[in-house]
Amino acid sequence: MNADLLVPVVRETALVRCNPVAKLAAGAVLAVAVVLSIDVVSAAVMLGLVVLMLPLTGLDLAILVKRLWFLPLAALMAGWGTALLSQKTGTVIVDAGPLLLTSDSLTMGAAVALRALALALPAVILIATIDPTDLADSLIQHLRLPATFVLAALAAARLVTLFIAEWQTLTQARRARGVAGGNVFARVGGFFQTSFALLVQAIRRGTRLAMAMEGRGFGAQDRTWARVSSFHPRDGVLLAGAIIAAAVTIGAAVAAGTWNFIFTIGS
Amino acid sequence: MAAATGGVDVLARGFGWRHSGRKRAAVSDIDLSIEAGERVLLLGSSGAGKSTLLHAIAGVLPSESGYRTGELLVDGRPPDPTSGTTGLVLQDPDAQVVLARLGDDVCFGMENTGVDPAAMPARAREALATVGLDLPWDHPTSALSGGQKQRLALAGVLAMTPGLMVLDEPTANIDPAAVPEVCQAVLGAQAASGATLLIVEHRVDIWAEHVDRIIVLGETGVVADGSPAAVLHDPELRGNLTAAGVWLPGAALPQPRTRQSAGAVLLEADGLAVARARRGPVAVSDLSIDLAEGQALALVGHNGAGKSTTALTLGGLLPARAGRVRATPRLLDLGHGAPRHSDPHRWPAADLVARIGTVFQEPEHQFLTTTVADELRLGPRQAGCTPAETEARVAELLERLRLTRLAGAHPHTLSGGEKRRLSVACMMATRPPVLIIDEPTFGQDANTWRELAALSCELLDAGTALLTVSHDAEFLQAIAAERMLFGRGQAVRA
Repeated sequence: MNADLLVPVVRETALVRCNPVAKLAAGAVLAVAVVLSIDVVSAAVMLGLVVLMLPLTGLDLAILVKRLWFLPLAALMAGWGTALLSQKTGTVIVDAGPLLLTSDSLTMGAAVALRALALALPAVILIATIDPTDLADSLIQHLRLPATFVLAALAAARLVTLFIAEWQTLTQARRARGVAGGNVFARVGGFFQTSFALLVQAIRRGTRLAMAMEGRGFGAQDRTWARVSSFHPRDGVLLAGAIIAAAVTIGAAVAAGTWNFIFTIGS
Repeated sequence: MAAATGGVDVLARGFGWRHSGRKRAAVSDIDLSIEAGERVLLLGSSGAGKSTLLHAIAGVLPSESGYRTGELLVDGRPPDPTSGTTGLVLQDPDAQVVLARLGDDVCFGMENTGVDPAAMPARAREALATVGLDLPWDHPTSALSGGQKQRLALAGVLAMTPGLMVLDEPTANIDPAAVPEVCQAVLGAQAASGATLLIVEHRVDIWAEHVDRIIVLGETGVVADGSPAAVLHDPELRGNLTAAGVWLPGAALPQPRTRQSAGAVLLEADGLAVARARRGPVAVSDLSIDLAEGQALALVGHNGAGKSTTALTLGGLLPARAGRVRATPRLLDLGHGAPRHSDPHRWPAADLVARIGTVFQEPEHQFLTTTVADELRLGPRQAGCTPAETEARVAELLERLRLTRLAGAHPHTLSGGEKRRLSVACMMATRPPVLIIDEPTFGQDANTWRELAALSCELLDAGTALLTVSHDAEFLQAIAAERMLFGRGQAVRA
């Protein structure tokens, strides 16, 4: 599975078995709750809730930490940048020449850092727990997306892993012809030439795949479904859980008086 | 499976097809009639249009991509792949897997043709059993070998219970060890369904005793049509088939090269460990290899044993994981330029191409220009040859490899055999003292095979050191190669 490249699922939890469309909807609810306000409380509450839910995702948490260590780092960088640049109101905390940090700018930085994490973590969980085949089934059967398009995209996505190996081979093949290396311009030119060669290979392979699919009747009018994508009570529970989490988040921020609705900033 | 549906008939009357943008028709004036349930092997030289005809019969030639003449009927109607009447299996195992799970992939064709979902699991399991794929339903298709992928594609076709199964070189791109299992799967599937079977393949011996009929395509349409015994034992036809590059059972092999005492050592490696990626697993370790002028050395062993990785490392295209690859002073002094290091991986590409030529398994990976002649000019130019010298070499190679007629053609438009010849010629153009060729004869017709064998012998006799990765025992015998057997992370001289 492609998702295993990110973080593998090690336990088939109820959440893993939920319908992909329900997962996407739940993810959207969480994201909206975080996006609506830039403040420490709402971001921290949402992040805390998502972290608490991690054991339910069935993901290999050790690998999650190992592979995604850069996410907190990136969030910190974003927060740091915000703290440096935002309005310097409130009490001065650090004043070292050009480096000026105030209580408000630090709070703003923290809010941005936490918010980035609160957005990224659910996205990671979604990508890792949604099986591409199940997603395609669900998109076609419930959201009525065109089957030809979704299935073709699904089949094409499988080719991506092949192209990673192909790129390596093309690079070596160029060197074997005596044209690799050189100055910066030659290298940039070489990059584009290799990209073009990869594109040619991708189109050829894609054409053959399309022919193989057509050869098995792909594109016929009366398609049937071997796998039926259905909704279960657990999908309702998931969505309800997401709505409650969103309500708690917003409620906490409003109660704490930190609610900072995004569309009123600067007015 | 639902009771055997039996086969359907195929009828062609003056059928022809010309791809858009081509002057010459890919196939023309085809007249043939195939009875329901017949097992037919379709032969012909590369470029005779076998694949085009097959794709037309399977209904996968897009009508906007070319011009049709005459008539072609499958079961009395124009071919329509969505009707579920025909099932198509292609050559490239990787390009036929549609879905990530084994069982889902088998069901793909049935879904498309509107089979009742309740009947699918049983039919899929039966198809998988017929092709001998005894694996769990959820088995990831990415973990299958080439031969298994071909059998999976076959199962997907079989589950649709088509009246006609069309196979385009189903064994050309797989490990020779897996050929018998694919062959058995095809014949089992045909016996179970009673479907009409139409196969294109270069290697006649695989199928000859199992088919009812052999049809031979030539430049002028169908040139022979009859039982295997009649076609294969007709002396005149046999001659034509041999000339067309068809592999005939019992055909004479070229006289093996007389091995000569090897000259000076050019390339040596000691305690070498090789790996595909900088951090990935080691493929082979503790290798010791010497390669001398006029020596043919073959790396043999099963797929995944690290043969190609070793060849890439010796060719200066991958860094050694441990140990060293060293060019001897003799190799360093030959050719243009003067590399400062003895490790080929640290040479500039232009110095490398003048000393070690590596021919990749897939010719298309190495084509960088837009005409055959430019492709041949590229290497000598990079290596610092004068324009006059370059032109002389290009003319000689075009002639030697029968590519003169194609000098202005785009490399990607050539046939499989022509591409292979061009990719070898490209690396010969700089006259490197060391030539490394990965699977030179893979999927080639008998003519290209014979040419490659003769060319290799010629190069060896002229003092070139030749390192090859190959499964082809007959080829290795023809060039009198010494063997190095790979397996279990090691390699030993055989």
